[in-house]
Amino acid sequence: MDLLTDAVFLDRLQFAGTAIYHYLFVPLSIGFGLILAILMTKAYKSGNEDDERLAQFWLKLFTGTFAVGVATGITMEFSFGTNWADYSRFVGDIFGAPLAAEALFAFFMESVFLGVLLFGRNKVGKTFYLVSGWLVWFGSCLSALWIIIANSWMQTPAGYEIGADGTAVLTDFFAAAFNPSTLQRYAHVLVAVMLCGALVAVAVGAYYLLKNRSEFAGKRLVRIGAIVSLVCVILMVPAGHQQAVEVAEMQPAKLAAMEGAYESGPMGMSLFGWVDEANQSLLTVEIPGATSFLASGSFDTVYPGLNDMPAEYQDLPVNAVYQCYHLMLLFFGIAAIVVILALLVSFGVLDPKKHKWPLRIMFIGWAAALLSIEFGWCTAELGRQPWIVYGELLTADGVSAVVDPVQLIITLVLFLVVYTFIYVVWARSFLKTVKAGPEAIGAAEQAAKPAEMDVEVQE
Amino acid sequence: MTVLGVLWFILIFVLIIGYFVLDGFDLGAGVLYPFVAKSDADKMRVLHAIGPVWDGNEVWLLTAGGALFAAFAPAYATVFSGFYLAIMLVLFGLILRAVSIEFRAHGNDMAKLWDVLFFIGSLLPALLLGVAMGNILQGLQLNDAGDYTGGFFALLNPFALLCGVLGLVHMLTQGASWLALKAPEGSDLRKNAVAMRKVLCLADIALFVVAAIAFNFVVVPYLPYPVCNVAVAGACAVLFAVVMVAQFVMCKDAEPARDLWGVLLASLGCVFMVCVFAFTVFPNLVPAITSTASITVATAASSEATLGAMTIIACIGVPIVLVYHVLVYRAFRGRVK
Repeated sequence: MDLLTDAVFLDRLQFAGTAIYHYLFVPLSIGFGLILAILMTKAYKSGNEDDERLAQFWLKLFTGTFAVGVATGITMEFSFGTNWADYSRFVGDIFGAPLAAEALFAFFMESVFLGVLLFGRNKVGKTFYLVSGWLVWFGSCLSALWIIIANSWMQTPAGYEIGADGTAVLTDFFAAAFNPSTLQRYAHVLVAVMLCGALVAVAVGAYYLLKNRSEFAGKRLVRIGAIVSLVCVILMVPAGHQQAVEVAEMQPAKLAAMEGAYESGPMGMSLFGWVDEANQSLLTVEIPGATSFLASGSFDTVYPGLNDMPAEYQDLPVNAVYQCYHLMLLFFGIAAIVVILALLVSFGVLDPKKHKWPLRIMFIGWAAALLSIEFGWCTAELGRQPWIVYGELLTADGVSAVVDPVQLIITLVLFLVVYTFIYVVWARSFLKTVKAGPEAIGAAEQAAKPAEMDVEVQE
Repeated sequence: MTVLGVLWFILIFVLIIGYFVLDGFDLGAGVLYPFVAKSDADKMRVLHAIGPVWDGNEVWLLTAGGALFAAFAPAYATVFSGFYLAIMLVLFGLILRAVSIEFRAHGNDMAKLWDVLFFIGSLLPALLLGVAMGNILQGLQLNDAGDYTGGFFALLNPFALLCGVLGLVHMLTQGASWLALKAPEGSDLRKNAVAMRKVLCLADIALFVVAAIAFNFVVVPYLPYPVCNVAVAGACAVLFAVVMVAQFVMCKDAEPARDLWGVLLASLGCVFMVCVFAFTVFPNLVPAITSTASITVATAASSEATLGAMTIIACIGVPIVLVYHVLVYRAFRGRVK
């Protein structure tokens, strides 16, 4: 098959696959981190044993997820050099600094204080322990900021010029770091990942309410998850809107693909549909002018269609961008409904003892948030095509010239095997911890510790 | 070659030294794990000895990689794409290692599998990083675009493999020293670690001498680039040997009070070993067989604006990171139970 000998395709497949996979765990880590910090604060304040146990229980779910997130993130950090050498040479003057800063400011904070959370409960003071919890979460948010800075620069490059050797050269650090899309995208992403994490808390809580057990943990998790996710859903409206406005202004081809608009004119809001790329047409139900209105405040604002884009945009996968964008919206809508159900259950409007169906929906509702995030990312990155650096470097010109398809197929197969294995292990461990419940926390620690380790403390 | 360029050459190697010193002992402990920890209690002790710190230690590698990308992107691009399969093996090793440490703590099923993966995941980076450095020392076959054209199997040449084994044995020495420091007095783990430490330290010195002789008499005559700092590199080599002999002398009686010295001296040895490498290749980052293609500080350095911004970032970030490390190593000082 042609695709198997196409290095650019294989490089893209590997990056997309490893990034999507990594991104299954990132939202959970950042979102869980906030829930963990809240639970730890409750336990710190009350000193209540149930609170303590719940925090330790959540810590166990958090660390397993976090470990996979970190492990699969290592691949991403080096993949620019391994698979995208010419891209690295082009952007090194700009793109490397955020990655280095991410490691220095964020990764160290997360990993060092995670060590304290895991092993330090009886070694450090209570306040140090609590602060460590917040720092792990804060570090993960910082990490997201730096990686969004790097990614946003690929979308809307700024603060640079093209040097004599044809590579990008930094002229203004702050203009590059806070390029026109950084803050909008950061807000959008951060709110989305917290929503996802909070809905997992709702799901775990709903599981206990469904099973009529661990009532304290069940109610507490649903309550915290419902409140955090409600805040996120509300914040998502301005955050998502701001990003849409930014895309309309900075990346008109992406906007046109998101709405499947081939003709220039006032842009409608397509509710659902299918793009026929061969005939350059869209089968859809749409609200005329609505996208123009949302992006600019007027129903009549004209946006360019794909037919009026320069020739290189012929490689833009229009239907894929369109579908990803609409699936993102659809799954966000579902997630918002789950949030409302969680609030109704948590505040007693729907009695969980009488109605089981809201709990069942809450149990799986987090998946909608996670799918929404993944489709959102795919919209952003597919919509960037054919550029790897928007308007400056084509994706096809960014790959490593020396890495041939055979090597790529070897690593793709390895990734498939190793990542599948890790996923199975993670899911098993996660479900096992949830099934055992918070009440197993103290007991499990005793059981896991071999008897001979109870000897006296040695300094 | 600008002042900032040289400063970042130094800083990159500071980060690499940070990585080898810190992750060196926990990678070493991971490779020694099946040989020194036989009982479940001892296995737990090894995992607890590195548990709170290994993740932070590994971040030094990510920081070094990110900093190399930021300061010398052509070197980052050439090395990582050129050593593609080898780098991927290192990454898979690190991934499996992280996952095995975490999930082994989640319950006892699959413990055997996790033990094996922990060992392999530690062995791959510990061995291959040295192989990579051995190849860079000899100069690589680079084309005009700066891409490595030698292929995967050319990387497995005798001198590079010797460097790989040397790096591995040094990390094992670090690992044994760390376990001797952290294991409870009187435990089987400490007895095994102490015995290993002695043997490994001698093997380390012997291998280093062999590698130094091989380099000077077999590699140097064909070396495609001039070594500018022969005297300094040589002095670092002598200091390495002195430090490791001192480690052997200090630790040969297995006196528990001197275990900390064992770790400190093995770490210092690591510093000098990386210094030998850095002073030998300077001002090259990736020497090429045809020297006009070499990637040097002058040809690869990022713009002054980027290096300036990076310097500010480093001035703020590095002290904070050092404070974290002091806090955590202090909190977890003493032997594990």
